[in-house]
Amino acid sequence: MDAILLQILNGLDKGSAYALIALGLTLIFGTLGVVNFAHGALFMMGAFCAVTVSRLLSLSFETVDPTKLDFLGNPAKVKTPYVEAWFGPEAGGAIIDWAVPLSILFAIPIMIAIGFAMERGLIKHFYKRPHADQILVTFGLAIVLQEIIKLFYGANPIPTPAPDAFKGSFDFGVLLGFDPNVIIYPYWRMVYFLFATVIIGGVFSFLQFTTFGMVVRAGMADRETVGLLGIDIDKRFTAMFGLAAAVAGLAGVMYTPINSPNYHMGMDFLVLSFVVVVVGGMGSLPGAVAAGFLLGILESFASMNWVKDIIPGIDQIIIYVVAIIILLTRPRGLMGRKGVMED
Amino acid sequence: MLGLSKKDLTFLLIVAVLTLCAPFLLNPFPTDSAMAQFNAGYPDLMQRFVIFGIFAIGFNILFGLTGYLSFGHAAFLGVGSYSAVWMFKLLSMNVLPAILLSMIIAGLFSVLIGFVSLRRSGIYFSILTLAFAQMSFNLAYSVLTPITNGETGLQLTLDDPRVLGQSATPQGGIPVTSLFGIEMRATHELAVGGWTFQFNAGYYLCAIVMILAFYVALRIFRSPFGLMLRAVKSNQNRLNYTGLNPKPYTLAAFVISGVYAGLAGGLLASMDPLAGAERMQWTASGEVVLMTILGGAGTMIGPVLGAGFIKYFENIFSKINDTVLHQWFAFMPDGMEDFFVFLLHPFVGKGWHLTLGILFMLVVTFLPGGLVEGGQRIARLLRRERTDSNDRPDPEHHPRETPHVAE
Repeated sequence: MDAILLQILNGLDKGSAYALIALGLTLIFGTLGVVNFAHGALFMMGAFCAVTVSRLLSLSFETVDPTKLDFLGNPAKVKTPYVEAWFGPEAGGAIIDWAVPLSILFAIPIMIAIGFAMERGLIKHFYKRPHADQILVTFGLAIVLQEIIKLFYGANPIPTPAPDAFKGSFDFGVLLGFDPNVIIYPYWRMVYFLFATVIIGGVFSFLQFTTFGMVVRAGMADRETVGLLGIDIDKRFTAMFGLAAAVAGLAGVMYTPINSPNYHMGMDFLVLSFVVVVVGGMGSLPGAVAAGFLLGILESFASMNWVKDIIPGIDQIIIYVVAIIILLTRPRGLMGRKGVMED
Repeated sequence: MLGLSKKDLTFLLIVAVLTLCAPFLLNPFPTDSAMAQFNAGYPDLMQRFVIFGIFAIGFNILFGLTGYLSFGHAAFLGVGSYSAVWMFKLLSMNVLPAILLSMIIAGLFSVLIGFVSLRRSGIYFSILTLAFAQMSFNLAYSVLTPITNGETGLQLTLDDPRVLGQSATPQGGIPVTSLFGIEMRATHELAVGGWTFQFNAGYYLCAIVMILAFYVALRIFRSPFGLMLRAVKSNQNRLNYTGLNPKPYTLAAFVISGVYAGLAGGLLASMDPLAGAERMQWTASGEVVLMTILGGAGTMIGPVLGAGFIKYFENIFSKINDTVLHQWFAFMPDGMEDFFVFLLHPFVGKGWHLTLGILFMLVVTFLPGGLVEGGQRIARLLRRERTDSNDRPDPEHHPRETPHVAE
């Protein structure tokens, strides 16, 4: 029982990342009808927004401290970050410590801008082209974005720690009456899960309860009729692309403390997210979220030792096996709508 | 002759002559000259040209004819490589049984994957093939380590049995791959003036296999079977309504292209007897898609051109570093020289993938027909062929352009 609970918890954070990326993919697919292979790259760009912010914040200048000597006997040079000099060591230190959450503020406008630029600059020209062309051009774009990041940040993973307040783990089992130290869960993963829930809830309520969202949903159902009613649906769909890019970017920002970002993390997540979208059902937002969490949890179950003893290697392939079974038995995915991507 | 029309026969002959004369054609610059780094006429690279050419020709039979975009073709190449290396380990160092086995195993493998994946079309087919390929890749890295040797890759060792051959040479080394005694690495060098031409046995084996593969593909393209595949691409529903079941045809195309991939994998292992899981990764599958699109999907020569183009620039571009760039721009004033080097630096050397990505995006956007279409456009410009409005096909009474993917 405790082991099962622990695996569910472990699956939640990866599941949240899958769900967030799949949500964005489905938003783009549902509104613009574009299969975006560059979505993983957006996730990766978000992660590198966090890296950039934490680098900017720790920019520092050197002063000579006459009271201390380094090992050669010369006066020691002390590095002081500008932020500490401006706000005092206490507040400045706290700002540097909280770099990752702070980069959310920085990442939102950047990611929306990148999303707009991508849609207006490139993807706009591919609406009338076949899906294969869309896949190919966004695949090319993903390579380009990835290589640009590699050029600036190098090929190695860059560790970006969470704030000190979230270091350590939370003893979840004690709450439920288990022995201490049986079910422990790192704080930051909990934060990530909560963050993902908030974002997902936000996107859904935005679509459900605002006029803008209502028009977008109407456009997803029948684009032409909405156009005939005199609404410029293209503009709103572009905005949705920006939103999807921002969701992917934020998923990336918050993921940096869990996994040090490197330039190909986007591609690694992209393949899985596509599988998630297909399992959830092309074009279904709740399906994408549900499938994201489901596959995340299944993956962590499959990596339990006794499961691996029964079927060796299952942890490596469980997601693909599930996808193949679902695609063959329920071609529309778990919650797919009729008439999406089938002719 | 050979069941080809006169036009196709000339075409095949041109391809054959070009392939066989490649050691001359790809070595246009004297060995000592500064341009020698652009020469591609060394065995290792030429082998890769033709091997990936075979891979792309096979991929094109599936993608170009039926429109099914497979994102997992590298799995067959990897399987082919593994089976060939196992043949070298167990049987003998003769490449013939190894290549045959790699084709058979890749064929069986593709029957299995194709049977399942082809139940869906469009993007679902792409995702299914991707899922299968990633599954094979992950398994090759983890559980199947006894067969694939995991991350290290499968290599020959001195204590392999090699029933029909010898475990080790009398000198105590690992024997080399050969075809009935002709060593694959044997290279004859011919020096003419400042030029050195290299004739490699392995290259000629690959080249002959590629010409055969090209011939078979040409026959498939021109056959009723090929027409059937084109019908699948243009409209599968219509095909269903006429009472034909497209499934056997698409499966046959899938298996044929799988066998081609296995053949390419077997040849890769024959030239250099090792096999690693990274050959099966989805980026490797993406590469063959790039080759086919870049050259021109659905055309005969396109995929070969694309494969050659990508492999050539991969090799040449990644060799160019800042020193070479400084040499090129040495004639400029210092500041300008540095500026140009700075400007070009991200695109060469390790940044080759950036160039490839940009190039690929440009081709997909502006030249959907790939290099072949580009060539045709240039040729038309040169001939100043003016099509009168009467010659243009009537849009109302001509079949519309069809999407690449059968949806």
